[in-house]
Amino acid sequence: MAADLSTASPTPGLEVKPVPGDAPIFDVRGLVKHYPIGGGLRLQRSAGFIQAVDGVDFAIRKGETLGLVGESGCGKTTVARTLMRLEEPSAGAALFHGEDIFRADAAELKIIRRRIQMIFQDPYASLNPRMRVGQIIAEPWVIHADVLPRRLWATRIGELLESVGLLPDHARRYPHEFSGGQRQRIGIARALALNPEILVCDEPVSALDVSVQAQVVNLLEKIQSSFHIACLFIAHDLAVVRHMSHRIAVMYLGRIVEIGPVESVYKTPRHPYTKALLSAQPRIDFANEAGGDRILLQGEVPSPANPPSGCRFRTRCWKAQSLCAERSPPLLAHRPDQQVACHFPLEPTDTMGSADRKKSTQ
Amino acid sequence: MRAPMPDAAPPLLEVTDLRVEFRSGREIVRAINGATFSVRRGETAAVLGESGSGKSVTAAAIMRLLASPPAHITGGSIRFDGAEVLGASMSEWRKRCGVDIGMVFQDALASLNPVFSVGWQIAEPFRAHGILHGKAALERAEELLGRVGIPEPRQRARDYPHQFSGGMRQRVMIAMAIALDPKLLIADEPTTALDVTVQAQIMDLLLGLQRERHMAMVLITHDLGVVAEVADHVAVMYGGRVVESGPVRDVLSRPAHPYTLALLESVPRADIGKQKLNPIVGSPPDMANLPTGCSFHPRCRMATDECRASLPPRVETAPGHHAECFRAREVFGGR
Repeated sequence: MAADLSTASPTPGLEVKPVPGDAPIFDVRGLVKHYPIGGGLRLQRSAGFIQAVDGVDFAIRKGETLGLVGESGCGKTTVARTLMRLEEPSAGAALFHGEDIFRADAAELKIIRRRIQMIFQDPYASLNPRMRVGQIIAEPWVIHADVLPRRLWATRIGELLESVGLLPDHARRYPHEFSGGQRQRIGIARALALNPEILVCDEPVSALDVSVQAQVVNLLEKIQSSFHIACLFIAHDLAVVRHMSHRIAVMYLGRIVEIGPVESVYKTPRHPYTKALLSAQPRIDFANEAGGDRILLQGEVPSPANPPSGCRFRTRCWKAQSLCAERSPPLLAHRPDQQVACHFPLEPTDTMGSADRKKSTQ
Repeated sequence: MRAPMPDAAPPLLEVTDLRVEFRSGREIVRAINGATFSVRRGETAAVLGESGSGKSVTAAAIMRLLASPPAHITGGSIRFDGAEVLGASMSEWRKRCGVDIGMVFQDALASLNPVFSVGWQIAEPFRAHGILHGKAALERAEELLGRVGIPEPRQRARDYPHQFSGGMRQRVMIAMAIALDPKLLIADEPTTALDVTVQAQIMDLLLGLQRERHMAMVLITHDLGVVAEVADHVAVMYGGRVVESGPVRDVLSRPAHPYTLALLESVPRADIGKQKLNPIVGSPPDMANLPTGCSFHPRCRMATDECRASLPPRVETAPGHHAECFRAREVFGGR
């Protein structure tokens, strides 16, 4: 149970990651989450729905990290929260080893949650300021009383703290005595306390300073590969996601527009939105002249309360035609493993013509 | 954008050895202990640093936004357009800099007044400086809204800040900052709260305006990618000091300070596949209790006893490229 992290995986990040097994341990199908608008004061009369997540399918295999990227409001955090049943989904299924999380009753859910743990974005808000670090890490064992006999708690707390790069002595301290990066480590130790099979990480490094981010990224990577934990890694930072993930799913306005192995999606994006998103990320590299292939999208993301018909990206897409407004493109495999929801996907050789390029001159 | 400016052109803004401390009770937080950088017309100078490094305090000191107490400027000089403005009286400063320096803040929602229409707010600088009034000021505000890329500016000028998205609010702030056609624009993390595709739109707008008006720009940011793409010069801040500065290409491709080098090795990059991340150990320093000598020494791979004992000199490793490190030449030569 107490794996020694220091001997596992000497150079995380450089070695080729083990190819995850084929059978998905986690299979999400047709996930929908709509929030009613209005209600309450207006006598429960709903004025429509915010379509936060509208039909999302993906699978995660054992030991695999799936990166979920997209901009604010695209629904990525809602996906995570419904999978944890922190929000009730409107429709769909989430099969965990074949068992539907969305249909589980309270007792079943308690057992499932033991195997799925979450790491939150804000290391300041997600730790109880009145509890000592040791109590925070031991809390899962209070809830799941059969996991670890109480006499072993102290030893295990020490081991967990060491595995995230802190000292066993730190168990006696309070969260305010730690820096942001250290608090995120405490959150990770708590998530590991139940030996989960899946970690759901919602923007785990976004709140951290640049010089501290890499420490936590390396730690997550080490934990993920040495414990062979599957991971749903949600972030808006495309560089961090590329670094962490085996596969990546790109969301736009509540739907997945492209999903596939991380290298092929980054190198040859097939969906116009993926390409625009990747091109917008500022680069340190001086070899390519800065912004040379940047696609500047026009306008803004439409309201999820009233999304465009057909393809939701069509209002900002330079390839859109009338078909895009009429029919919603299904997520189809255009090459083994890389699926795209687009009627006119980009060819790998597509370099954007100057007529195509929405390069604003203003 | 990156066209070299003739060296003869004097800097528009010249900050030299600026020092600011915050005093509360017995505690003294030395937020800036020596910041030196400059920017010429038509150029962009980036001030790069993590939270607490002193980059925003530097901007606030230039703009006279520091409340005293608790803030005290204890040394250094700020020269704008050829004259010292640090010791100037407030009315003198307003006359010299009020019109000629514009500022864009990170949090547009907090910086706009929620109870006035955006048109009224953009027209405010014209009224405040007695340039235009009433309808004429509002019409000018509508023009500016159009210039910063807000569709249907005449209608939108009557809307209130909450009716705009994050990116649009940032455009409104930019319209206000450029209203008086300033010579210098200070942008404090202008895109940090925005999504990457919106960030690209806003940076494009800022650079377009800068080119069109031949403004100087000081860009305060923590994002190495943004610095690489838009700045001509960069000043890297750590522990309240500018520890390295120079032309952006030189500094980022051949850093001379171990902190800059370590920062570059610790960020994952979207343009490269899997690479090993080399994190910087420890945490940023406590500004109320700075380490002795070089404040980076507890986290530095190359630190020696000398670094713990005394402040390193400012070494010029290449023309215009400075680093405050005993081993600057070694770091610079090592790559």
